[in-house]
Amino acid sequence: MPAAQTITQKILAAHCGREFVEPGEFISVQLDLMLANDITAPLALKEFAKIGCERVRFPERVALVPDHFVPAKDVRAAQQAQLLKKFAIEQKIPNYWEIGRGGIEHTLLPEEGLVVSGDCVIGADSHTCTYGALGAFSTGVGSTDFAAALATGECWLQVPESIKFIYRGQLRPWVGGKDLILHTIGEIGVDGALYQAMEFCGEAVSALDIAGRFTMCNMAIEAGGKNGIIAPDEITLAYQKNRAKRSPKVYASDPDAPYARTIEFDCEKIEPQVAFPHLPSNTRPISRVGEVPIDQAVIGSCTNGRIEDLRQAAEILRGRRVHSNVRLIIIPATQEIHLAAVKEGLVQIFLEAGGVFSPPTCGPCLGGHMGILAEGERAIATTNRNFIGRMGHPKSEVYLANPAITAASAVLGRIGSPEEV
Amino acid sequence: MKLRGRAHKFGDNIDTDIIIPAIYLDTTSEEELAAHCMEGLAADFAQRVKPGDVMVGGLNFGCGSSREHAPVAIKAAGISCVIAASFARIFFRNAINIGLPVMVCPEASQNIQEGEEIEIDLAAGQIKNLTKGTSHQAAAFPPFLQEIISAGGLIEYTKKRTAIP
Ligand code: SF4
Repeated sequence: MPAAQTITQKILAAHCGREFVEPGEFISVQLDLMLANDITAPLALKEFAKIGCERVRFPERVALVPDHFVPAKDVRAAQQAQLLKKFAIEQKIPNYWEIGRGGIEHTLLPEEGLVVSGDCVIGADSHTCTYGALGAFSTGVGSTDFAAALATGECWLQVPESIKFIYRGQLRPWVGGKDLILHTIGEIGVDGALYQAMEFCGEAVSALDIAGRFTMCNMAIEAGGKNGIIAPDEITLAYQKNRAKRSPKVYASDPDAPYARTIEFDCEKIEPQVAFPHLPSNTRPISRVGEVPIDQAVIGSCTNGRIEDLRQAAEILRGRRVHSNVRLIIIPATQEIHLAAVKEGLVQIFLEAGGVFSPPTCGPCLGGHMGILAEGERAIATTNRNFIGRMGHPKSEVYLANPAITAASAVLGRIGSPEEV
Repeated sequence: MKLRGRAHKFGDNIDTDIIIPAIYLDTTSEEELAAHCMEGLAADFAQRVKPGDVMVGGLNFGCGSSREHAPVAIKAAGISCVIAASFARIFFRNAINIGLPVMVCPEASQNIQEGEEIEIDLAAGQIKNLTKGTSHQAAAFPPFLQEIISAGGLIEYTKKRTAIP
């Protein structure tokens, strides 16, 4: 019998042909999937060429997703996206999506069933940690890591220690995965889980839908975490049922698995959260936000651009008008979500409220296009980062919140809660 | 090998959007990335740096995105080594992978101030503050990382491992 392990250790052990791996150990893991986007792939392809191997080792395990600057915002963005397309054709990489079929990588890949429970995944994008919501090990790396993985199908990693986060009790109204993770980052800080695995559990997490779980794992990197992870249950398996391209493997932490620390939260005390500029850890409960007028509200991104998020926004915006001083920009994360929003009548609600609805793209989340802030402007957004200049001018500000708070704020013209509209 | 240059001091949680804002991610050109390095905090940074200079950060240096453009921009700007109290993990591995020397040393991170003259002995992990006459020892790299570093980065290391003739 090997010693007790966490779910993260077990998945990593299985991917280096072992029964047991120890936190701190350096290992080389076999990857089930590796991804890069229109920003990180161009640099990676430059490095891949230097390795001198002609073919990608496992083309079917590669995903190339143009999402950050598409539909191409200018010629240079177009050139970068073109590199991905050419490489996908040349190397016979099946997982490449043109505009109109794809979307934001971290929402798209689980939707396509390319990531399943028990997988080991790397991505040249920091929010690759999102797939932990399926009970997979997934982590963000750089372009050179991706280049090497194209050649070998493997990646070097240090086995992380785990922190166990237990969320007890029931969620209050308008509190979701976004609030739990913002509150957590607020408590432990932006380096509170540096190099560590963040394992989320407890009855409030079990009660979350898959969208809320993706949101939580998505922001593990915002606490410095290597990966976020939630053990699979019926909700996880139901989500994968008609999607998974491979069979999910369910792992769970042993009851006596080792944790660097355990942190418990009483969810009855957690209000909707708002992260003030310029760090995601700068959180305040909605009741203590005060008077913060806004110029823009953005609902979208790999954090909160899922259909569940759009439904929540629509619930608040139905029959209401966006404040005259505010631009509301709503961006579905993928084509599938876009279509669902059309079919469910959500788009009409958004347009009638005076918002704009965009095709899937990262867009303003990283200050790319589709809603860049001018000097001194202030936005509330369902995205994941509020660093200096993240959405535009270095003297602009981003406040992070959940879709309900963001939609309500768009109506109020200042940061506020659904109860106030 | 000894590195020598002046210190450029920054605080805690220097994120990758500060190091290189996303609007410049539409290029892989090292010169262009270098020209916009640290723009959000210090508009004239790229002009001030002299080859060999040292960047000093506080806690969690390089947090945020996985963009390798960040260490590439720092390296191409002429910075010979980044010293910090701690590094965000993706930045750290990117730096190792592309051959930008990084040193974890909370003491040096506190002690060194803007403009001081620094000398670094990479192999020995020694950081000397020539202005103040103090000396600090950085944490040693684990043997596995040493291998990548001595191969000259991950690409060279991978070349060896895949043994492409
Ligand atoms: S939506 Fe934002 S955080 Fe997510 S992948 Fe795109 S740029 Fe990154």
